Amino acid sequence: MDYERIKEKLSILADAAKYDVSCSSSGSKRKNTTKGLGDSSGMGICHSYTEDGRCVSLLKILLTNHCIFDCAYCVTRKSNDIKRAAFKVQEVVDLTIHFYRRNYIEGLFLSSGIFKDADYTMERLIRVAKKLRLEENFNGYIHLKSIPGASDELMREAGLYADRLSVNIEIPTKSGLKLLAPDKNHEDFIKPMEKVKNEIIQYKQESRLIKSTPKYAPAGQSTQMIIGASGESDRDIMYSANFFYKKYNMKRVYYSGYVPVAEDPRLPALNSQVPLLRENRLYQTDWLLRFYGFDIRELLNEQNLNLDLEVDPKLSWALRNRHLFPVNINRVEKQLLLRIPGIGLKSVNKILQARKFRKLNWEHLKNIGIAMNRAKHFITCDSQEFEVKEPSSEYLKNVILKTSSSKFRKEIGTQLSLF
Amino acid sequence: MEQQAVLTYDGTLEGFLCCVFTAFEEKLKVVNISPPGAQVGQQLFTVPREVITEPQKAKRVWTSLKKKALPAGLRDLKWAFLSEVSGMEMHMFSMIRYILAENMPVDRDFSHPAVLNVAQTAKKVGREKHRMEAFVRFRLTKDEVYFAAIEPDFNVLPLIKSHFKNRYADQKWIIYDLKRNFGIAWDLYVVNYITLDLDPAIGISGAPEAYFHSSEIAFQKLWDQYFTSTNIKSRANQKLHVQHLPKRYWKYLTEKNFQK
Repeated sequence: MDYERIKEKLSILADAAKYDVSCSSSGSKRKNTTKGLGDSSGMGICHSYTEDGRCVSLLKILLTNHCIFDCAYCVTRKSNDIKRAAFKVQEVVDLTIHFYRRNYIEGLFLSSGIFKDADYTMERLIRVAKKLRLEENFNGYIHLKSIPGASDELMREAGLYADRLSVNIEIPTKSGLKLLAPDKNHEDFIKPMEKVKNEIIQYKQESRLIKSTPKYAPAGQSTQMIIGASGESDRDIMYSANFFYKKYNMKRVYYSGYVPVAEDPRLPALNSQVPLLRENRLYQTDWLLRFYGFDIRELLNEQNLNLDLEVDPKLSWALRNRHLFPVNINRVEKQLLLRIPGIGLKSVNKILQARKFRKLNWEHLKNIGIAMNRAKHFITCDSQEFEVKEPSSEYLKNVILKTSSSKFRKEIGTQLSLF
Repeated sequence: MEQQAVLTYDGTLEGFLCCVFTAFEEKLKVVNISPPGAQVGQQLFTVPREVITEPQKAKRVWTSLKKKALPAGLRDLKWAFLSEVSGMEMHMFSMIRYILAENMPVDRDFSHPAVLNVAQTAKKVGREKHRMEAFVRFRLTKDEVYFAAIEPDFNVLPLIKSHFKNRYADQKWIIYDLKRNFGIAWDLYVVNYITLDLDPAIGISGAPEAYFHSSEIAFQKLWDQYFTSTNIKSRANQKLHVQHLPKRYWKYLTEKNFQK
């Protein structure tokens, strides 16, 4: 192994892959039953964190950064003057195995620039996964990119070796896609998604009857959207996210604040800030949809095209729906408990458990760990003291902002001044 | 007047359960339970007493707990015990007394101070377990064993054993707890508890040539390169970085100790 050469390739091809934010390594059911290497039946593990605070759980690289497309938002676009490199199939296999054995990673995340055509590229990606599974007896996590436009046969084969497949939709609106990635068309993204969805459904049905049915992408599929590159609203983003969750049974939709990589009149300027706060609010909204029983139309609609950057989307919703509050923490059903600002999933479960034994008061709630500065305005409990004095929502919001500290406070100041 | 009792035991979970047994059997008013070597303040009117570990007694306590508590509560007790936090025994004792006194399972009653304390401590131990599963870095030795040395806050080796066994079934490995001076070793067939006389030169990171495989340093270099390249500079967030990766764990991490 030529370590120096590999190191150079690694620096180029890891650098090019880092804008893909998917990092999850959980949700698979691949057990190490053959005394081979690796096991991905448990929860995901983050083995390290980069200095931007993102987790490192997979070896995330491109097979090559040669690409025939010229998408404005992408660092590896054809017209960009950068160093190009390509891994050999065996090199990726070796790196994955050696890193995995040292407990650096949970597995491999392999993407690629598109060289020659979609099928040619997809076939190479599959070859890496196949080699890992069949020759190395590797049961770690493998996440492969579905190359837009790849054939159904290849997508079928990819799912036999990969735990997760993903196509990045990147631009949430069709008009944005036309503007920024003129050589790509929407249908090319949808086709592999549709195929993977159908294969997963089929696998689930068949495996019920025949236990030995080979696994098909057990960790499902995911997608990613770039935020803030094409002037879309939060509603545009979250409605398309909702569409992908519902229509294609996505396990995850990722939101990636656009990091300027090119001088282009269609895009934010090179020195513009990455919209980290907006990204955060979108993830919070995503969680509200998936775990808190919210409907997207309650959070974003005609009147509310964008999320409130100052407060989290749940608090923002609660401030618009004051008629539902205050609720009695000792009596209210789970669905509404989940909707109280400052109370997360874990606290909801703790409250449900604890209130079986006694009526909870402020002291209990504080010990359980709910965010009192927000929650206290929306609840009553086993106490004579009330915080709810029915001030206006605007006033209440200011009170909460004054009594809380946010890691984004600095950005709220600067981002708000734009409006 | 009821006599106050201070109990000492051999430091094992079984030993602790025997203290519980003795306390119930003799209706003692227990004010402290501690392992050997712990600082026990000499209190007036107390009789320090060493409880002898008898497996059948421990088993009886555990069996009756099993009847009254849920698996999650039992796990919390076991994990909180591994925290080795001084004074934890009394919280556990108080929780056990509460469980055995009630007819319905109360081990999830987080409004009870001892139950909450034990659950929260177990949570901390769980977090340390998870961190060790994440931050252990194996280094390949000359005799082809993947070796890692750790100094965890809590005694988590018994908890991470099966994770590593399932995952690295086809390679020999050793994880050694330097703080508690014992380790676990997988020989491709079974995991054994071992104690070693380690040369301090082996260290927690790096790859001194006297002990490690010639390719080891090369892979550490590659990993360090990957770690550097996958960072997005314009999103720099040192605070979040340290929040996820507390500084006391940096000593394990190849990518954090690499001499460039």
